[in-house]
Amino acid sequence: MNSQERINILVIGRHPEIMETVLRLIHQQGWRAAGVLTDADAIDAFKSHTFDLVLMGGGVEEQSETQLRQQFERMHPGIKVIRHYGGGSGLLFAEVREALKISHNQIN
Amino acid sequence: MQQIVVYTIIKLQLSVNNPVLPTIMNTVLHPAATRGHANHGWLDSHHTFSFAHYYDPERVQFGALRVLNDDIVDGGKGFGTHPHDNMEIISIPLSGDLEHKDSMGNVAVIRQNDVQIMSAGTGIYHSEYNKNPDQKVNFLQIWVYPKVRNVVPRYDQITFDPQARLNKLQQIVSPSSTDEGVMIHQDAWFHLGKFTSGFSATYDIKKAGNGVYAFVIEGNITIQGQKLGKRDGWGIWNVDQLRLSADSDSEVLLMEVPMNG
Repeated sequence: MNSQERINILVIGRHPEIMETVLRLIHQQGWRAAGVLTDADAIDAFKSHTFDLVLMGGGVEEQSETQLRQQFERMHPGIKVIRHYGGGSGLLFAEVREALKISHNQIN
Repeated sequence: MQQIVVYTIIKLQLSVNNPVLPTIMNTVLHPAATRGHANHGWLDSHHTFSFAHYYDPERVQFGALRVLNDDIVDGGKGFGTHPHDNMEIISIPLSGDLEHKDSMGNVAVIRQNDVQIMSAGTGIYHSEYNKNPDQKVNFLQIWVYPKVRNVVPRYDQITFDPQARLNKLQQIVSPSSTDEGVMIHQDAWFHLGKFTSGFSATYDIKKAGNGVYAFVIEGNITIQGQKLGKRDGWGIWNVDQLRLSADSDSEVLLMEVPMNG
């Protein structure tokens, strides 16, 4: 199994169009991702699947973010939860690499 | 990629509780030739910090300054509609014309001496195209992490008088809507200066704890003893004031940002 197969990402956002773009970019990279637009769906997805990383972005409110982080940490201690800042693919790869500390060679 | 970090003790502060308390001036140098480079044909881009497929864990950001791209776009080409959120995006055209369209209904062309800012906040779509079919556009695109998340998206642009930066530092970005420059949702101040050879200037840090990232647009300039050439980048923090001197006719962009960004 290579590193691309190992990376599973949960993307939480509020804008369907932005979500679509982010998921497309993640899939283009060869990673796997699920996108959810509500906190309830985020919890359900987290319960039913194993994720390496959670990307938080696209207008997720501060209160929701705090609550979700706490719940994810309880369910999966040590899970990486990071903020995603959009911008096409500009920051996405660096954000994922930084969060998971994946070496250049593992990804390319 | 190469990154040079220099630690220099610049002064000693004496007090009763701290008989010898050194203040450390930190600097980071990013020579132009060490920037990330991507040539997509229609887009020739140099990345001072990790961006797209250029990734260097030692060069991810300078405090709240996350992206400094030096982009050259072919005539008529550009970036199709794409989303942003929670980022302050500043565009500074150096030559040519750039057309901006966004999901707030803004359609605008920015050109040399304009500065554009977009607060992506809760989410925005935009596109950027070279307005001219037969001329390249060169512009700096700068992304700064916002002080507050999920603000209402906004767009602004200002045309500045180039004479007002001749042998002066002209403020082009500030956190206050009543101050000079486009307003940014961050404790950040940007200045442009166009200096004749031999001219010297000082820059006072606006907010304690902030750092300054200098990017040389043209010429050669020395800042706090550090010699810099065209497109070199140099960051400094833990100082109150900077001393700049032009080694040739030169143009520099100073970006003061929080270091805990």
